[in-house]
Amino acid sequence: MPLFTKETTAVIYGMQAAAIQRMLDFDWMCGRKVPSVAAVVNPSSSEITTAFFGSKQILIPVYKTTQEACEKTKAEVFINFASFRSAFETTDEALDLPFKTLVVIAESVPERQARQLAAKSKKLGKVLIGPATVGGIGAGTFKIGNSGGTVEAMIAAKLHRPGSVGFVSKSGGMSNEMFNVIGNTTDGILEGIAIGGDAFPGTSLLDHVMRYEQDPAVKLIVMLGELGGTDEYRIAEALTYKKIKKPLVAWVTGTCATVFPTEVQFGHAGAKSGSDKESAQAKNDALRKAGAFVPKSYDDFGELVHKVFVEKVGPVTKDSSAPQPLPAEYKDAVAKNKVRRPASIISSISDDRGEDVLYNKVPLTNLLNEGASVGDIIAALWFKKKLPKYATEFMEMTLKITADHGPAVSGAHNAIVASRAGKDLVSSLCSGLLTIGPRFGGAIDDAARVWQAAIKANQTPKGFVDQMKEKNVLIPGIGHRIKSVANPDARVAALKAYALKHFKSHKHLDFALGVEALTTQKKGNLILNVDGCIAALFLDLFDSCPEFTQEEKDQLIEIGVLNAFFALGRSIGIIGHAIDQKRLQQPLYRHGWDDVVYL
Amino acid sequence: MAQRSIREFDGKKILAVALGTPLKGALVSSQTDWTLLVKENPWLKTEKLVAKPDMCFGKRGKNNLLLLDATLEQAKSFCKEKIGKSATVGKVSGTVTHVLIEPFVPHKTEYYVAFKCEQAVDVILFSPEGGIDIEENWEKVQHIEVPVLEETPKLKLNGIKDASEKKTVEEFILNVFQVFRENDFSFLELNPFTLVKGEAVILGSVARLDDTAGFKAKWDVEFPAPFGRELSKEEQYIKSLDEKTGASLKLTVLNPKGKVWTLVAGGGASVIYADTLVDLGFGKEMANYGEYSGNPNDEETYQYAKTVLDLMVKGGGKVLLIGGGIANFTDVAKTFKGIIQALEEQAPALKKAGVKIYVRRGGPNYEKGLDLMRQLGVKTGIPIQVFGPETHMTKIVPMALKELKS
Repeated sequence: MPLFTKETTAVIYGMQAAAIQRMLDFDWMCGRKVPSVAAVVNPSSSEITTAFFGSKQILIPVYKTTQEACEKTKAEVFINFASFRSAFETTDEALDLPFKTLVVIAESVPERQARQLAAKSKKLGKVLIGPATVGGIGAGTFKIGNSGGTVEAMIAAKLHRPGSVGFVSKSGGMSNEMFNVIGNTTDGILEGIAIGGDAFPGTSLLDHVMRYEQDPAVKLIVMLGELGGTDEYRIAEALTYKKIKKPLVAWVTGTCATVFPTEVQFGHAGAKSGSDKESAQAKNDALRKAGAFVPKSYDDFGELVHKVFVEKVGPVTKDSSAPQPLPAEYKDAVAKNKVRRPASIISSISDDRGEDVLYNKVPLTNLLNEGASVGDIIAALWFKKKLPKYATEFMEMTLKITADHGPAVSGAHNAIVASRAGKDLVSSLCSGLLTIGPRFGGAIDDAARVWQAAIKANQTPKGFVDQMKEKNVLIPGIGHRIKSVANPDARVAALKAYALKHFKSHKHLDFALGVEALTTQKKGNLILNVDGCIAALFLDLFDSCPEFTQEEKDQLIEIGVLNAFFALGRSIGIIGHAIDQKRLQQPLYRHGWDDVVYL
Repeated sequence: MAQRSIREFDGKKILAVALGTPLKGALVSSQTDWTLLVKENPWLKTEKLVAKPDMCFGKRGKNNLLLLDATLEQAKSFCKEKIGKSATVGKVSGTVTHVLIEPFVPHKTEYYVAFKCEQAVDVILFSPEGGIDIEENWEKVQHIEVPVLEETPKLKLNGIKDASEKKTVEEFILNVFQVFRENDFSFLELNPFTLVKGEAVILGSVARLDDTAGFKAKWDVEFPAPFGRELSKEEQYIKSLDEKTGASLKLTVLNPKGKVWTLVAGGGASVIYADTLVDLGFGKEMANYGEYSGNPNDEETYQYAKTVLDLMVKGGGKVLLIGGGIANFTDVAKTFKGIIQALEEQAPALKKAGVKIYVRRGGPNYEKGLDLMRQLGVKTGIPIQVFGPETHMTKIVPMALKELKS
């Protein structure tokens, strides 16, 4: 009787995403209403898994035990992808559950274990396919795992709809080949089973031939045997005693063994001729004598199948039933240039698709071999440029100068509070970084915009200061809470000295210093502060480097790229504070009541 | 693989360990240090000895390869005489590498027992008249079938008159049967065994183990190549590759001077290509049997193809069949990539020798794989004919043979 219908469902043992998807694709082609995979058993995890049924994504439940999967799904088929190490235990357990058909895929299952499973299965009246098999297929109804191969191969072999040929073979690889032969020489496969290449399969060639004999939908039986074993003799006997009345086309492979000088183990464990009786020639002769249709060579097998089908069953008519079209796999379609869509993300600074990650199109290994500095990496990833050494050194100097400014400033303070509240390092860093803005550390870009505008407008420092005063706007980059003319900022001094030595242009700095000269006349602490100085010097740096076009310079200032130097530099200090607090095992920080004014 | 012959010494060792009986046997090879061997087996000096090649073949008595009732010196010179020399048993010739020395046990009774596996039953074969003529007395052998799932069989042996002897033999056979089952033997024959002071002593034995059970077995033995089939360097290399990978790689060189070489995917398909060559009358020209399957990676197919192509160039092959069925899940383009790399390396030699290549394959990504083969033909100038699943699998065999005939 047929093993499969359009309603048959299976439990898959082992996480076999590809095989499951192939089964569901077959289901869709056949127009099944219900997916054939009911559940997956995965002892190490019970996460759900998803697969496509047509174009719809569906959930496939995953259970930790076969018993649970069986109870929850009422599936009839158990497909076991467990390895040869655990195939016995897992199949033995499944035999005790209400599955009707069980398939063992693993190769190299010990023979005694395979025989025990076969004996138990027979005793319980179940059908065990394998071990060492790809499984088999019910055309138009149900596909075991990877049987039948690709979608294109299955369509070419017309497996999406039932024919009237029952096929059984030992070899899984050859079953696929034969599906194609039968699909193109007859009205197609009804059911095709590969019993597996081992010496002791769970069900024999004879078992399946007899099933086809009893199935009224089977009109022709095709069998591909193999040297070794005596199964074919029992089939010959069944033919002789008219237990098989349907036409049987058969071929036993391994006729080559006679010319081999010594015993050769073929690819299949069961393919070993122990005696002349088990040779392919002897078995082909016995089958021929008993009334089977046996070709002279495999080369004529397809033609003979066609001939017998036409003579005994009827003409091979052209059939018009097409498979339900399957949506193309996106990545396959991309590979074949069949689809296109705009990308969600565009990136121009780095590429990790090759063996070596590229920074601005240069392999990281090259950068390392050339002894690239942190400044070079920043130049590559932020500005997409290779910049001269004085420029990258200046960037690094900025980082060093902005790295920390003690525990009392906003960023460090916040990080200390977060770290002491038990937050992890990254959270503490973020909490510190979040204070960077218009009042803390974030004035560099604003200052740059102001200096740039003034220079572009050809303003004098005096005209600029007057204009700002008129607008009643504080000049960004000017003024410090503590530092003053009498108590100058050493950081600013260092930056100025470097720039004057290396930069080709320092007109922005000169302008800023001109402004400072005016403002400090009013108040000693209205000096050019570190933000203002960095801003002016980066503008000068951009002007000094011919690598930057005017457009690029304007765009960088507009984007606000200079604050990045403060954010990156200060991260070093903030991380230090977060680590420091953990190291000192500081408790939760609570601000004192006496330091709060309650209104 | 599956059922593999082991040396008599190893079979007896497994039995002795499992039955808890002492093992009196010494395995001698060309490497043996006799002083050490005698130190470890003091009985070699005190007892009369038997010596015989331990090479997984039988009928040693009938082939003049058995030394009986000998002294240590005689055994030594027997070893010297046989080891490293050729011996012929039946139609097969090979080099003797190992000799087994055991105590000589004078005896009258020779029992025969063998255990073998059939699909649904284990079969115990017993005869009270064992020894070298067992095949001539086969009608006296008693067949006892024990279903695979049956735990303890009932044993009623025929032909032993003495009641206590009968009990001893039955108990011994049941014990050995248990060992046979628990240690994944696929065949075990004790011929003969005898009783000495109420204890069974095994004189000769043949054993095959199911090597797939190695992962759970108590034994750890070496499986010698079948006698007369010592592996060549290339075969040995492919075997070692096969053992390292989850895929399957097999190579047997049949005729190094053969004109037809094959690189075939799949255990089933490879046999059919070989069959077709034989069926069409070219068995003698078939240089190799082999297969690759189970989705090997391109490095593995490269090494495999390189090995075959080197042999082919050396042997003067004329035709190469790169065949296979329609794969279920093996990526054809990927496996071909390794083969193509090997072909490119040997292209000048193949071209010079006028080699013609025929390709037939189907399965995942086959169009790309076949395209790569066609491009190789254009690039190297080697004539390569390429076919897909629309062409019958073995059609390239007659095409190639026609070429060979002309």
